Amino acid sequence: MTASTTPTMRVETVPHSGGKTRRFGSRRSARPGRAAAWRRAILGALGIVLVGVAWELYKLIGPEKGFAIGDLILLPRTNDMSMPHIATMFERLAEPLTGASNSIMMWQAVVDASAFSLYVAAVGWIVGVSVGLLLALIMQRFRTAQSAVLPWIILSQTVPLIAIAPLVRRWGAQIQFGDFVWENWMSVALIASYLAFFPVSIGALQGLNSPDTNHVELFRSFGVGWWKTLFRLRVPASIPYLIPALQLAAANAVIGTIVAEVSIGLKGGIGRMVIEFAGAAGGDPGKPWAPIFGAVAIGLIAAGAVGVLALLVRRYRRGETNA
Amino acid sequence: MTGQDGISTVQDSKTDQKTDAAHAADAPAVAAVNVGKVFDGKRGAQVVALEDINLTVARGEFVSLIGPSGCGKSTLMRLIADLDQPTSGELTVFGKSAQQARLDQDYGIAFQQAGLLPWRTVRQNIELPLQLHKVGKAERTERSTELLKLVGLTDFGDNFPDQLSGGMQQRVAIARALAESPNLLLMDEPFGALDEMTREHMQGELAHICAETGAAVVFVTHSIPEAVFLADRVVVLSPRPGRIRAIVDVKFSGSVERTEHLRESDVFFSSVSEVREHLHGSADANPLGVDN
Repeated sequence: MTASTTPTMRVETVPHSGGKTRRFGSRRSARPGRAAAWRRAILGALGIVLVGVAWELYKLIGPEKGFAIGDLILLPRTNDMSMPHIATMFERLAEPLTGASNSIMMWQAVVDASAFSLYVAAVGWIVGVSVGLLLALIMQRFRTAQSAVLPWIILSQTVPLIAIAPLVRRWGAQIQFGDFVWENWMSVALIASYLAFFPVSIGALQGLNSPDTNHVELFRSFGVGWWKTLFRLRVPASIPYLIPALQLAAANAVIGTIVAEVSIGLKGGIGRMVIEFAGAAGGDPGKPWAPIFGAVAIGLIAAGAVGVLALLVRRYRRGETNA
Repeated sequence: MTGQDGISTVQDSKTDQKTDAAHAADAPAVAAVNVGKVFDGKRGAQVVALEDINLTVARGEFVSLIGPSGCGKSTLMRLIADLDQPTSGELTVFGKSAQQARLDQDYGIAFQQAGLLPWRTVRQNIELPLQLHKVGKAERTERSTELLKLVGLTDFGDNFPDQLSGGMQQRVAIARALAESPNLLLMDEPFGALDEMTREHMQGELAHICAETGAAVVFVTHSIPEAVFLADRVVVLSPRPGRIRAIVDVKFSGSVERTEHLRESDVFFSSVSEVREHLHGSADANPLGVDN
């Protein structure tokens, strides 16, 4: 889990600048696009099935006790305790959470925990994106700010998440004004935002600076100031850089939420559930997988939400062409 | 005391503006007096880009700037556009400072790259300067329809730039430069990236457009036939430091329209060779492009 304190931070996803060929008429006509979409969906589903097949195949032919040289495990054990059948994992979802007669179903518990974590991650994402955009704007406007702030932004991501989690919790506990009381989930959201703001600030800065001199001078020749240039040129031009940054931020917010739930000890979320259920693997091999499916679902929903956002601003992702 | 001084200066500048306005009506499009531009190079070294430029562009006049690359012809155009500031001399555009002319939108500009915004349709690109200056929607649509017709792209208003050929994109850029009906057009090798056939076609179109709008044009190019075909006067610059070596009057008889058969006329050929003589080794016989 500590490895997740430094998530993938590559933001150099540069938008496609190709498209030198001359095209007439609409090149995004419906039919070939729909066929391509279907093919993508089928291939994607096939990829998931393939992972399942590989799992079951190894379970079938792999050594029961695994294979190890000394303490070094080269091949994992394939017995039902270590590697339950995929069917077992899903069956477990449809069974009651505990042995108690009034227990809710496992899937219900997972959905509840996932919804809670997703909510916290979403709050963290929104805070992180806002802060990231603001920092990018300030850095774009003032070159000195860029020199002064950028190193700190990069440095901020080298601090391990588990080191700051208890600090945030302790500081948060001291915050109280009026009726407002800082709650533990806010600390988790704050930590999620701490991971989310980074790709946004870097990506947005790169995007805001992406218009070439040609365009900037054109706006100067129009005699308009920084704000108009910002809204009519820099912000639209930054969209192709911003979308991957927002996706990274969504992934980071989810990871940050789950890890921070564990480090802070927040109950009700999927992170806590993962830890709690991990202990049950001995007698109930399907159980630890249930919250893992929940975590995967959160990630997919977060990525999907940004995907929908990307569809709304599709026109800003058109490739630029050279004359 | 200081307060009174302040007031008096304000009044002075007001009267100045009035006299400027009076002058502006008959002031030439561009007037450069002893204009020079020095760039600060590395380690305090200075590069003299332009020196002693004296040039007047009358209203409605088409002037081509020609010279080898690095002679400062683009720099001169950028000074007029107030994208750079001269380091010496005096430059006025319609009797005003270059900065004031830029803020007043007295000129339209087109670069070698069309520089269209890829997320805007052709029509929206043309309307960009109007929108930035808060022109109403109805008026904008009317103007862009006019301009689309002028540059022959009526059917392409709703297309995006990446669906157009290079020549068409450049025509959109010219339409955008014309959007606010400027009295001065600045063009920096606008056809430089086009193939020869498109280029000649575009030259014909530009000549036609200029005749129709009556705007003065400062046109930077390094093609001699292009300069001669389009311009009333061709200004030949020498490289480093950029100086005006000669100004060639292109005397097509009367106000003849610039059409393709002009390219075969004797005047065209004699003007081309005159410009060429000035470009290549004249009195000071420096082999060009091999300076230093």
